[in-house]
Amino acid sequence: MSHHIVEVKDLRHVYPDGTEALRGVSFRITHGESVAIIGANGAGKSTLLLHLNGCLVPTEGAVRVGDFPVTRSTLPEIRRAVGMVFQDPDDQLFLPTVREDVAFGPLNLGLPPDEVERRVEDALERVGAAHLVDRPPYHLSGGEKRRVAIATVLSMEPSILVLDEPTSGLDPHARRRLMGLLGEFHHTKIFTSHDLDMVLDLCERTIVLHEGMVKADGPTRDIFLDDRLLADCRLERPLSMQGCPICGTKK
Amino acid sequence: MHMADALLSPAVGGTMWAVSAGAIAYCSAKVRSEPDERKVPLMGVLGAFLFAAQMINFTIPATGSSGHLGGGLLLAILLGPHAAFLTIASVLVVQALFFGDGGLLALGCNIFNMGFVTAFIVYPFIYKRILGANPSQGRMSLAIMLSAVAGLQLGPFCVVLQTYFSGISELPFSTFLLLMQPIHLAIGIVEGFVTVAVVSFVHRARPEILEGALRVRPIGNHPLRGVLISFLVAALLTGGILSRFASENPDGLEWAIAGVTGKEELSGPSRGIYGTLAAFQEKTAFLPDYAFRKTPAAAVRQEENDAGASDVRLGTSVAGVVGSLLTLGIACLVPFLLRKRHRVT
Amino acid sequence: MATIDGTSLDFRLLDRLSEGHSAIHRLDPRAKVLATLFFLVSVVSFGKYEVSALFPFFLYPAALIALADLPALFLVRKTALVLPFAAVIGIFNPLLDSRILLHVGPLAISGGWISCASIIVRAALTVSAAFILVSVTGFPSICAALERLGMPRTFAVQLLFLYRYIFVLIEEGKRMSLARELRTFGGRGPGMKHFGSLVGHLLLRTWERAERIHRAMLARGFTGEFHPRRPCRFGAWETLYLLGWSALFLLFRLENIPRILGTLVAGVLE
Ligand SMILES: Nc1ncnc2c1ncn2[C@@H]1O[C@H](COP(=O)(O)OP(=O)(O)OP(=O)(O)O)[C@@H](O)[C@H]1O
Ligand SMILES: [Mg+2]
Repeated sequence: MSHHIVEVKDLRHVYPDGTEALRGVSFRITHGESVAIIGANGAGKSTLLLHLNGCLVPTEGAVRVGDFPVTRSTLPEIRRAVGMVFQDPDDQLFLPTVREDVAFGPLNLGLPPDEVERRVEDALERVGAAHLVDRPPYHLSGGEKRRVAIATVLSMEPSILVLDEPTSGLDPHARRRLMGLLGEFHHTKIFTSHDLDMVLDLCERTIVLHEGMVKADGPTRDIFLDDRLLADCRLERPLSMQGCPICGTKK
Repeated sequence: MHMADALLSPAVGGTMWAVSAGAIAYCSAKVRSEPDERKVPLMGVLGAFLFAAQMINFTIPATGSSGHLGGGLLLAILLGPHAAFLTIASVLVVQALFFGDGGLLALGCNIFNMGFVTAFIVYPFIYKRILGANPSQGRMSLAIMLSAVAGLQLGPFCVVLQTYFSGISELPFSTFLLLMQPIHLAIGIVEGFVTVAVVSFVHRARPEILEGALRVRPIGNHPLRGVLISFLVAALLTGGILSRFASENPDGLEWAIAGVTGKEELSGPSRGIYGTLAAFQEKTAFLPDYAFRKTPAAAVRQEENDAGASDVRLGTSVAGVVGSLLTLGIACLVPFLLRKRHRVT
Repeated sequence: MATIDGTSLDFRLLDRLSEGHSAIHRLDPRAKVLATLFFLVSVVSFGKYEVSALFPFFLYPAALIALADLPALFLVRKTALVLPFAAVIGIFNPLLDSRILLHVGPLAISGGWISCASIIVRAALTVSAAFILVSVTGFPSICAALERLGMPRTFAVQLLFLYRYIFVLIEEGKRMSLARELRTFGGRGPGMKHFGSLVGHLLLRTWERAERIHRAMLARGFTGEFHPRRPCRFGAWETLYLLGWSALFLLFRLENIPRILGTLVAGVLE
């Protein structure tokens, strides 16, 4: 299925104030892949993700999703295919109740009411937030907000899921749950994270961004074994790959 | 200051509601037709920002007391008049519902006094005029200062007018005016300084935000016509009510004029306020009567001539007091009674 | 506005009340909005010397507090906190209107005191009615009701955004203000210069947040149209509720209930 392919070519982005956030990024992600984009703060991860569904327009270069180049005229198709969960769930949840928020996307797709209802229940069920359906989003805890934010995207049944730091601010239990949830999503998924253990668990492929450029792109395990690379990019090995502090043995 | 339900008569409240509702409808259509669909979330979030900003206090130099940002003018500068009017209106709606500021009937007045005055009088006719075509920082500060002061003189002036025409408060027009305007002169100056501080910060940090606002040129040719028409309608409606009031009560109007021009002292007991009052009582005379609800002259005559009348009055008033206490008692008891039944069922 | 913490806490509490599940909560919001409107108009339409005839109207807040299981003390406290603002204007009345209108035993009461009392009673009634309306309806539903009663969609949507982000931004303002306070060691507030940049920062962050929100909306296929989805049904209960209260308010408005009661009691005693 070619429409699950994401291709980024020589992408450059300069913000209006002159900050050059991306300086020539290229990669190709095929159907069903699970890819992590990692890098230090300010490396350009969020900026890159915002290009994947046309929220930002490239200064140079191009982005293709499936058969379409990301341009103004293809935006509706692109946004139907790419579901994006933003870094701050407060930006994503803006309607009076969780139900309305999760229904927002499907309604914009023009689906009939009973189908919308089905999708809302289904999406909330999948993130384990069915009991929150009538609550106002602003009274939820951080983890609950995050789960609902993911549900708002799942309800659109996207073929590509893009998440910006999905586990930040979650407690260990909520984090585990979310990882389970992401593991179950069998389409293409792309996410950024500073949670390197999760990256190791969920992604077979990792792209390392450094100062707006792709520093490495390959199997996750290989990347985490390259200590030079990690140090250069202000990263380190996931805890599970570091020596055990108690018995001193290496995994 | 917010106009309050408690000081308001239905006629004044209703008129101002009609005016404000019309302006809301007009501005909503206006904002809807703007190409920038980012505006609606932006307006909402900036409204919320005002609440947050009002929680940050600062020390007023040389006084030791503290103040905060009011923000109407800031919104007009950032959003242009139509969007700013809607945003100010929505801030007032939330204040009325959650903080009890003003109240729901007075909302129409408050939206007019703060929103309409700021967005459609001060912004186009003072701020824009002073700002000119390509403003310097100094000119901008001057425009903001004068606009803030003017807005906070006009708004309270409307409050005084509305209070006076409602006739619930005894405060004579000019006394109230003398009370309100100087206080709000101080508040306006503070608001001016604060707005200048915030705007110049934004000007330094993200000038494109302000330039965007300036570029929109919100008061063009035909929008202004719409605004003026709605203002005209407002004036006619208000005028209609006032003229009715005046024709029934020439005394009141005369007194108001005398008050404004200061030609007559204000405390004339048999004229002035009481004249107004008499007219009010006559107007409301079809309502269930208290012993005292007669024209004052009649009441006084009665007092002088008829000693027995005071007994009657005493009787009525005692009955009134007893009945009132009873009613209040019942009102207090109702929750308990209802709640018990409620719990059982 | 009082302290930051107090205000935002009150705000949250009031908002939380609307999550209740009483029969009143379940009514179509239009019925509640309209009943409140009738209530306010009836109360405000009394002449300025009317005090006792206003008392029966306390039945309305009292009954709703009971039926909707609202915390009476909280609402009374909240109302009482607002009363001084009306009282400030009302308190001039006794100074300006000293004509004796009423004798209660040896006590002579002037018109000014009566109208001042009337203002305070009105304020108590109107303010509590507003609080009760939000507590039993909730802000989003009030917006929905008003929209169905003719308020423009743009304004309604805008109100919802405002409401949604008050919570987020108040927290943000609170954090900034606290962070500043922790570094000023008891200074009461920033000077004008720092205030400008503190509030300016908050403004810029707000602006950027609005941009992020808009992006998040676009990412979910937003095209500029909102689809309302609150099911509303104005049925028999709503009609009954609205007609019942309106009839009662009309009665209270036309008949001075306390006086009738008082006369009755006096008659019985004699
Ligand atoms: N709206 C903006 N205007 C100007 N510069 C920006 C803007 N947003 C981001 N930048 C800059 O672009 C660069 C990349 O930012 P980006 O948000 O993509 O980083 P990130 O990798 O997501 O970092 P983090 O891990 O902290 O989330 C940074 O240098 C940042 O300062
Ligand atoms: Mg980021």
